[in-house]
Formats: sequence, structure tokens, C-alpha cells
Amino acid sequence: MVKKPVNLTLNDSPRAAFADPGQNLLDFLRREIGDLSPKFGCGQGTCGACTVTIDGQTQLSCLVLAETVDGKEVRTASGLANGATLDPLQDAFMDHFAAQCGYCTPGMLVSARTLLDRNPRPTRDEVIEAISGNLCRCTGYEPIITAILSVAEGRARA
Amino acid sequence: MTTLETYPTMEDAARAMGADATFLGGGTVVMRAVNEGVATPRLIRVTDPGLAHISTVGEILRLGASVTMADVLAHRDLAFLHPVARQIGGPQVRNMATVAGNLFAEHPYGDFATALLALGAQVTVTGQGGARSVDEVLRDRDRAGLVSAVEIPRPRDVRSFGFRKVSRVKPKGVSVLCIAAYLPRESGRIRGARVAFGAMGPTPLRSSGAERALEGQMLDTATAEGAAAAATEGLSPATDQIATEWYRREVAGVHLKRLLTEMERG
Ligand SMILES: Cc1cc2nc3c(=O)[nH]c(=O)nc-3n(C[C@H](O)[C@H](O)[C@H](O)COP(=O)(O)OP(=O)(O)OC[C@H]3O[C@@H](n4cnc5c(N)ncnc54)[C@H](O)[C@@H]3O)c2cc1C
Ligand code: FES
Ligand code: FES
Repeated sequence: MVKKPVNLTLNDSPRAAFADPGQNLLDFLRREIGDLSPKFGCGQGTCGACTVTIDGQTQLSCLVLAETVDGKEVRTASGLANGATLDPLQDAFMDHFAAQCGYCTPGMLVSARTLLDRNPRPTRDEVIEAISGNLCRCTGYEPIITAILSVAEGRARA
Repeated sequence: MTTLETYPTMEDAARAMGADATFLGGGTVVMRAVNEGVATPRLIRVTDPGLAHISTVGEILRLGASVTMADVLAHRDLAFLHPVARQIGGPQVRNMATVAGNLFAEHPYGDFATALLALGAQVTVTGQGGARSVDEVLRDRDRAGLVSAVEIPRPRDVRSFGFRKVSRVKPKGVSVLCIAAYLPRESGRIRGARVAFGAMGPTPLRSSGAERALEGQMLDTATAEGAAAAATEGLSPATDQIATEWYRREVAGVHLKRLLTEMERG
């Protein structure tokens, strides 16, 4: 079994590891790199718990072959906080009880951050659209939508 | 175990293909098989950046094989296709899902391919001189070869194209069925009607009944009713987790009539 070297930029840091043939990016990030923020929910593209950005676009890391991100820039939820300073979205998720079991949260945060970086003042419908590829089994979505909108409107604790 | 082979061009990839190999596009379908351990031993991909280009040559819109749904949505000349691309999967899937992959995605997928079928698009297949119709490629998908681009004749009047997707989950859900209709008009009468249904057969299919009922007519309520009554002619829906064959047949005409009514209003 020939492993392939993969060099990538993960949350602004250069990282390198070997990927197994057929290994998806989710598994690679968790096992070979040690970033446990993207979660395995389905391995089929339906849940969004594994959402990361690749070169600035949200993608499902379970549906990406690890070796194809060689040379690319990957971001995950663990890159959101700066030391002890959380991203305003993370604060807002706490304030608005937008995480219950928390399993969907990293994927939700990546989708929400990508939305706000492109469109700092989204409408409620745009928020719903932006998280439509992320399933949540706990919250019923309302607290998540409220949390994202609170950051968009600049009302979140910074 | 699945190994990936990377080639610079489609021609190289076409030479490397074989029964033990699968072409990897955006991977939204293929990677599921990889994750389940049921993929072919070899995956083949191409890095040629030209495959991601969208270009306009005269009245032809040319979409490279690896153009994604998100790319379609970002392109102004393709505004008439935005309602189609917007309804495919969620944002992450749209960033990955390619135009060529949609031609080969199995039931109930193929919403974009349904639109291409209605628009009379041509498919450029690597190693085969000239383009083939989408109809032909869909009819024999397993032996179609590697697609390098699709070419869409730009509708003279974008209002002559309409699309409707019916799904149970909104905003993200797979098709109970979808309908694409291209109804160009000459002095008010429909000339060259093409009506395609997705999720109403193993691949997107044209409704011969609806097309016959529309051809040469004015688009009015009586015509829409005639087309609706004949909608399922030429289709062969299946029963799956989303809907039964019976249900799909029952509602196909209803939704076609709604689409035609919307198009009539313009
Ligand atoms: C959560 C989720 C939701 C989805 N929702 C929808 C939806 O609403 N509507 C819909 O239509 N689809 C949907 N899909 C299915 C899929 O994402 C799309 O059909 C997509 O367009 C497939 O393209 P791809 O590039 O990802 O294909 P891949 O997985 O890369 O390939 C799919 C098939 O096409 C073949 N192929 C790919 N490119 C070429 C080429 N250039 N030449 C020859 N063969 C090729 C592959 O070998 C494979 O057999 C969904 C998928 C997921 C995971
Ligand atoms: S684990 Fe990737 S979408 Fe569910
Ligand atoms: S908080 Fe449990 S899945 Fe969203």
C-alpha cells in the first residue's frame, strides 16, 4: 500500500502527512493531522458535520480524497478562535444556545463564517440557505439562525 | 483498496480508462462508493484547468466538464440556468458537483442533465470527433466515454426555458421529479418543443406526449392541459424511498401544467 505525501496549509499553518490510498480528507485531518474539529456523521455528503473550506469554498471533507488537497489551503472550525479569543460566531452560538450535543457545530460554524466573510449582512433567508447543507438533530435550527444573525447585525459579544 | 491516478489531459485519462477504473469528477457520487469500500480499484482524474472554463462562442455556451454548480451560479450569461443549479444539493455540494458528473449521476439525481436535455445541448466526448446529443449520451451512459464539455445553444428568448423541481425537503432535497421545458416560439406558436423529466426513469427522459401536445400550439390553458394529460408518455418512473411509481405518474402532469402556466405568464 503506497502512502502519498500531502502538503497543505491548514488554518494558516503549513502541514504535511501521508495519506492512505482512498483515504478521505475527513479521516486524514482527524487521524494523520490530529484536527478533530470536523466530525464524521454519514460519510455520504448528507449531514455536513465534516464541512471544511478548501481554497475558500465550503466542501464536504468526507467526499474529498485527501491526496487531492496537496498544495491547497484548508480551514476548519479549530482555526476560528485566536488563542483564548473566540470568533464572534462561537460566542454567539454559546449566548443563543445554538449548540446542544455540539456534533453539528464545527460544520455549522465553518458554513456560517464563510457566509459572513462574503456577505456580512445576510438576510434570514440567506442564512437558512447557507446552512442548508448542515443537519442539526438537536436545536431545531432557530437558535443557530438567531446566533448567526446576531453576529451579522453586530449585536454579538465581541 | 482504491488508488488515484492523475493525468494532465482528458486524452491521457481516456487511454488509461478500463473496466477497473472510474473517472473522478467532483466526487460527490464516486466518493460515497470509496467510503463504503465498493469503488473500483482505480480512480482517474484530470488536472487540466481548461476543463473548468465557461466560454461563449457565438450563440453557443460551452461549459467544461469540471464546471461546478457554484460556477454556473457565478456566471451572468448562465442566468437562465441559475434556478436549476441553485436547487442542486446544499452549498457544499454545489461547490463540488460538476456538470459532467450530473450527466452520469444515478436516479433520482440528474437535475442539471434534465435541463441540458430540454435545451438540446451537445456533449463533447474525448476521442470522438464532433459532438453528440445529450439524448444519445444518456441513452447509453455506461459506454459514453469521457466528457470534456457540454455545449448549450443559447435560447433566443430566455423566457422560452422553464424549470421546476419537486422535492419534499426545502431548501435542500432530491427530486420527486423535475421538469425542464424549452418552448421556442415563432409568431406565437411553439416550434421545436422539448420537455424533459428528471427522476421519472433511469435517466432524464423526454416526454414525447407533452412535446406532441405542445408542438405548433399557442401556449395557453387548453394547450397546457393537453400536455399535462399526455405528460407520462415516454417516461418510466420507479418506486424508491422518495415516492412510488404511482405517485410520480399521478403528479407529473399536475406539475407540468403549473410550470407551463408560469411560463405562459412569462
Ligand atoms: C448531499 C447530496 C445532495 C445531492 N443533491 C443533488 C440534487 O439535488 N440534484 C442532483 O442532480 N444531484 C444531486 N446530488 C448528486 C451529485 O452531487 C450531482 O449529481 C453531481 O452533479 C455529480 O457530479 P460530481 O462531479 O460530483 O460526480 P462524480 O461523483 O465525480 O461522478 C459521478 C459519475 O459521473 C462520472 N463522471 C464524472 N465526470 C465525468 C466525465 N467528465 N466524463 C465521464 N464520466 C464522468 C463518474 O465516473 C461517476 O460515474 C447530490 C449529492 C449529494 C452528496
Ligand atoms: S460526514 Fe461528510 S457530510 Fe456527513
Ligand atoms: S447540536 Fe446536536 S446536532 Fe446540532
